[in-house]
Amino acid sequence: MRPHELRMLEREENYGSSAGDSPGSKSQLDRRDFLKFLGGGLLVCLTPLPSWSQESGRTFGSHELPTDIGAWLHIDADGRVKVFTGKVEVGQNIRTSLAQAVAEELRVPFESVAMVMGDTDLVPWDMGTFGSRTTPTMAPQLRSMAVAGRELLVEMAAQRWNTDPSKLIAAAGRVATSDGAKSLTYGELTRGEALVKSVAGDPPLTPATDWKIAGTPVPKANGRDFVTGKHQFPSDIVRPEMIFGAVLRPGSFNATLSSIDTSAAERMPNVKVVHEGEFTGVVADDPFAAERALKSIKAKWNVPDQQGNLGLFEYLKNNPDGKSEGPDHATDAVAQAIAGADVRLETQYTVEYIAHAPLEPRAAVAEWNNGKLTVWTGTQRPFGVRDELMQAFQLPADKVRVLHPDMGSGYGGKHTGEAAIEAARLSKAAGKPVKVVWTREEEFTWAYFRPAGLIEIKAGAHRDGTLVAWEHHNYNSGPAAIGTPYEAASKLIQYHPTKSPLRQGSYRGLAATANHFARESHMDALAHAAQMDPVAFRMKNLSNARLKAVLQAAADKFGWATAKSTPERGYGVACGTDKGGYVATCAEVAVDPTTKQVRIRRVVEAWECGAIVNPDGLRNQMQGAIVQAIGGALFERILFGNGRIQNPLFSKYRVPRFTDTPQIEIVLLDRKDLPSAGAGETGLVGLAPAVGNAIFAATGKRLRSMPMTPDDNKLPT
Amino acid sequence: MGELVLNVNGKPYKVSAPAEESLLSVLRNHLNLTGTKYGCGEGQCGACTVLMDGGATRSCSIPAAAAAGAKITTIEGLEQNGKLTAVQQAFLDEGAFQCGYCTSGMIMSVTALLRDNHAPNEEQILGAMNGNVCRCGTYPRILEAIKRASGHVSGGGAR
Repeated sequence: MRPHELRMLEREENYGSSAGDSPGSKSQLDRRDFLKFLGGGLLVCLTPLPSWSQESGRTFGSHELPTDIGAWLHIDADGRVKVFTGKVEVGQNIRTSLAQAVAEELRVPFESVAMVMGDTDLVPWDMGTFGSRTTPTMAPQLRSMAVAGRELLVEMAAQRWNTDPSKLIAAAGRVATSDGAKSLTYGELTRGEALVKSVAGDPPLTPATDWKIAGTPVPKANGRDFVTGKHQFPSDIVRPEMIFGAVLRPGSFNATLSSIDTSAAERMPNVKVVHEGEFTGVVADDPFAAERALKSIKAKWNVPDQQGNLGLFEYLKNNPDGKSEGPDHATDAVAQAIAGADVRLETQYTVEYIAHAPLEPRAAVAEWNNGKLTVWTGTQRPFGVRDELMQAFQLPADKVRVLHPDMGSGYGGKHTGEAAIEAARLSKAAGKPVKVVWTREEEFTWAYFRPAGLIEIKAGAHRDGTLVAWEHHNYNSGPAAIGTPYEAASKLIQYHPTKSPLRQGSYRGLAATANHFARESHMDALAHAAQMDPVAFRMKNLSNARLKAVLQAAADKFGWATAKSTPERGYGVACGTDKGGYVATCAEVAVDPTTKQVRIRRVVEAWECGAIVNPDGLRNQMQGAIVQAIGGALFERILFGNGRIQNPLFSKYRVPRFTDTPQIEIVLLDRKDLPSAGAGETGLVGLAPAVGNAIFAATGKRLRSMPMTPDDNKLPT
Repeated sequence: MGELVLNVNGKPYKVSAPAEESLLSVLRNHLNLTGTKYGCGEGQCGACTVLMDGGATRSCSIPAAAAAGAKITTIEGLEQNGKLTAVQQAFLDEGAFQCGYCTSGMIMSVTALLRDNHAPNEEQILGAMNGNVCRCGTYPRILEAIKRASGHVSGGGAR
């Protein structure tokens, strides 16, 4: 992904701006055809509110959909409910939480709701699954449809019984009279019917205080399939006659081919070599043979000199790429305010490139039937991958279908469709279905990275701890959560896009991690400089009640008031907010006096994101966010030079393991009076600064670069 | 290309594969036992863990030929007559997964651990499990699942 593409994604993720039109389709959906396909029953289509228009629907198989469809829901003659959405399940548990929301509003048991997700022939167009947007944007749409479906079923019953619908009750998949004398299941009501209802507007949703299914710890849908190995991930898909592909990679980034000799591969039995322009790949009956054929290809590459880790942050600062973004404040006012402050601090922070390293690498199975391309692949953006395929093969939307089997996660790293295009290209040439599964080395090298970044902060405070000025510049890492939640009379906050030596893109939480690391480390340093307690200093400068509430909750649970750091034991705190979630993190670290190794012993994290939809799923997300954040905080970093990744293996790129995992305590604040926000990302942002602040509290050493202890968890000398 | 007989989940399978092809590749691509996962290809992540004569083995790192003659158990071979093992049940009860891609390998590693030691202490658990990676970070729950399953293994999964 190019830097400008990254920034576009960041803007979308942060501000939900329009994604533009999905190509293809203009004619009207024959909704009755769609219903016929589903076998009759009741189909509820949602006409979205204007704010939802970027997620409006387009195609259904060979049918074309109008632009006004946001989602749909079907109830069949047996009362089974199918919900169709373009969001995808990648481990964040929305297959479960969305079904809970629908079951709640439709008044049916959770088990009767099945989610159809991420199949571009069956679901409405959707921009993709990222930015913690499923819960705040998709769930309300599905709930609105479910309310409309329920109201229609009640009306149908009222007509049959010739009674007033307001006297009827919908519960547990039935409509009944209030005395219980008459009762029909939803299936009995829809049997033999072929009804299509379009819902506009904004029906009243069930308040969270009355939730019976939403808000409860329903276990993961299909959980049993994951403990028995039955669940098919994208890399597990098998098609009849399927063969296996592998792709020749350049000798470095930006390398050009000098010469190639594929004759040895071509001589191998049952191997086909595929050349198309810059692309060279092989197919064979089994992946072992494909790999052997690939290795036999002799290619020479011209490798240009390229920027590596050495001097990276100077490079970022000195290579602007596009206009800086941020509130247009007068720099003089900030400079003057800082000059007049009792306590002044100016320093810089850095974050390295890191890899998502999803345990399932990119994978795709592609097949062509009568000019139609079908691809099973792991991606957070099935419709984005469909667009890539349409472009690569010059096909209209109705000739490409992308299906997304719930995948081995992505963490923001699977927005793109590289493996899908490769499989499709090889399948087209081979005339058979082809599977491509990237090796770990390919995933580490040819995917994209979380951006590296340089952050410069200048700030000033009065002796009493009042923050008076704040200047924050972020080079390259991104604008997510760049705005400070702290009150300060003078502020200058800017994001400066720069050229990036590596391909970079989205990552769980985006730049919120880097911006929080810098801001919360700097706030901690200011607190120490002002000789104030770090929690008290933050509280003094915060007015946001939700953020103050999580900070207090974390401090209380952690025992902050009595936590006194020693040279071998440090306690640190950080807090922040992004994407509607509020987080505060307290960390306890141990520093070995002889080896100087750092170990995170205990983490307490308080979290609030409005009304909780599934407390167990939410707790799981928070625990996982903390563990994943440990990698970027302490040891994960991409080493590279001259266009090559030097640590593209798990033996060289350290990821968090069991022994890195501290005792974790999660405090969830359930605000049933507030709309639910997403929770997949912002739980990460407090860990690194809390740990850095704890290390400072123990050692007096301020670590300003993520990862903080890349050398075997040892304090840098 | 050699002819191999592999004993997998109690059944003999005749396989025609090069002697150097990994057990993982043969299980997944010749026998369609896709519950065992590829994660790294160098025995560093544990996603490909199977049991060989009861012991946890990284199937990506041994040639299939070296597994001939051993009793191989994959994730598909644990459930018996619709009944989950205590370890599988414990993962389900603790919700010890997010995306679930590491789950097969985790369950196989725990199964081997608890076969040899019904009540492992924390050090033994970490020693046995540290080679299994969960990128979603569900380690705390997996540890809870191990504790839940401990002591129940010989009892056939009763809880």
